Amino acid sequence: MNLRAAMNLRAAPNFRAVWAIYRVEMARAFRTVLQSIISPVISTSLYFVVFGSAIGSRITEIDGISYGAFIVPGLMMLSLLTQSISNASFAIYFPKFVGSIYELLSAPVSYLEIIIAYVGGAATKSILLGLIILATAALFVPLRIEHPFWMVAFLVLTAVTFSLFGFIIGIWAKTFEQLQLVPLLIVTPLTFLGGSFYSIHMLPGIWKTITLFNPVVYLISGFRWSFYGKADVSVGVSLGMTLVFLAVCIAIVAWIFRTGYRLRN
Amino acid sequence: MPSILSISGVSKTYATGFTALKQVNLDIQRGEIFALLGPNGAGKTTLISIVCGIVNRSSGTVTVDGHDIGRDYRAARSLIGLVPQELTIDAFETVWATVNYSRGLFGKPANPAFVEKVLRDLSLWDKKDAKAITLSGGMKRRLMIAKALSHEPRILFLDEPTAGVDVELRQDMWAMVRRLREDGVTIILTTHYIEEAEAMADRVGVINRGEIILVEGKAELMRKLGRKQMTLELRAPLDSVPDGLSHYALELAPDGNQLTYTYDNQSDRPGVASLIRDLEAAGVQFRDLDTKNSSLEEIFVNLLRQEP
Ligand SMILES: Nc1ncnc2c1ncn2[C@@H]1O[C@H](COP(=O)(O)OP(=O)(O)OP(=O)(O)O)[C@@H](O)[C@H]1O
Ligand SMILES: [Mg+2]
Repeated sequence: MNLRAAMNLRAAPNFRAVWAIYRVEMARAFRTVLQSIISPVISTSLYFVVFGSAIGSRITEIDGISYGAFIVPGLMMLSLLTQSISNASFAIYFPKFVGSIYELLSAPVSYLEIIIAYVGGAATKSILLGLIILATAALFVPLRIEHPFWMVAFLVLTAVTFSLFGFIIGIWAKTFEQLQLVPLLIVTPLTFLGGSFYSIHMLPGIWKTITLFNPVVYLISGFRWSFYGKADVSVGVSLGMTLVFLAVCIAIVAWIFRTGYRLRN
Repeated sequence: MPSILSISGVSKTYATGFTALKQVNLDIQRGEIFALLGPNGAGKTTLISIVCGIVNRSSGTVTVDGHDIGRDYRAARSLIGLVPQELTIDAFETVWATVNYSRGLFGKPANPAFVEKVLRDLSLWDKKDAKAITLSGGMKRRLMIAKALSHEPRILFLDEPTAGVDVELRQDMWAMVRRLREDGVTIILTTHYIEEAEAMADRVGVINRGEIILVEGKAELMRKLGRKQMTLELRAPLDSVPDGLSHYALELAPDGNQLTYTYDNQSDRPGVASLIRDLEAAGVQFRDLDTKNSSLEEIFVNLLRQEP
């Protein structure tokens, strides 16, 4: 099947299917409302207690921003990345695992619609989560957002990109271990080492260079810029890197759909 | 009348290198009930999965009501409802939510009244708010049927619908299948219970090792390949079959009280009437007689035995 057929541009799109999938995904989040909302509130508060108070008493400010306020964008990114990946990967892995995916595959939906529904659902959830964290953080530290448009842009772009990434992992994974593997071994370390809790300018020379190979650095830096107008790397580069990663994910997804990789074989 | 489903030259080789289907050709008539029979691993589920878009075919073409399943997959799939062999439902959804989801997935506008009717017909209405995980196996099976019917398909695939289902539910299902057929729905079912095919199907296809070895109207099949047996209860035991009757190849029971005559429907062996005349002429008297058709099951087993 070529891509044009895969997207089925000739026939009318099946918006109802997109909506049906999206709704189920959102309903799942509200069913597990405790897990979805309470837990990020608690963990964010804990970060403030542990990092904000313990470390914050030594590092009072970075780049002229109070330490507590400095870590907020990084905290949001941390949750945004991990939650986008785990939401989206689980959403597509679970029906694969229990076999109920037969229905999705037999339905008159295009791959593009499947993506929009699943990635849209996962991204919506993690954006809501990011906003909950932001609201919680506002209780602890004074916040300001200098570039609200770019703040939202980075939030949405990151949520979508990493939901797409999670979707790929969910399709690739054959076991629950594999499902956890990438987030656990790659994404979490990269996020922690990506400048969530410090400015990369605080690192010694060689580490600073190594850090520049970490894509998460660009996300966090750009996002923090939208809050405080201060960045570790230039905003254009941040945006560029995010878009590159998005493009890579789209290319992989397109390939998966062309070949039916691990879905229709 | 053009067929509603046309499968031509379809082959499937799985990633493991195993060839599950070899050049399958099959045409399904509009509105018929077609039973696909075959032993375990014959390729029944693979064939259904290809038509429904779950598995990619290696070669061949399939059209559903004239729509190619590749190029025109939306139109093709909209017409098809599938009840798969395995019980695979999202256990955490309620019955009501999951059936409505299916309807939405197939692009149909919400229609609570219709969904209610489907659930009532399948005796699931009082379970509508129950989570799937709390249902019994038979109820889950019915739920999967409800999902398949939720979008008003014109072709319904039932992949072993009655496996592990009790007699009552099985009869309910047969009744449902008949109702659907009256509404003009084409039904393709696979089953291991041959009496089911015998009771339900208009036509029967037999698949073995990925090849369709026979497609035939059920009645013709029974007529062509079926055999009849007539058993006579004799008034007085015989020591041996009288000479004048030897060309009938009768079997005499060991106790001499029963004669059995086996004949194919199509063979040119003499008919029952002449046998009875000849018996009378030979002075053999009988108390009772009984005739029996061989079942589809016997035909099926014989067919597979003939396969190399
Ligand atoms: N995903 C797969 N990968 C490799 N081989 C497969 C796969 N699915 C099925 N097969 C093989 O293809 C053959 C046909 O399987 P299929 O499920 O179509 O049989 P079936 O006729 O439905 O059998 P049953 O009556 O047991 O349900 C079997 O030998 C099976 O082992
Ligand atoms: Mg099967």
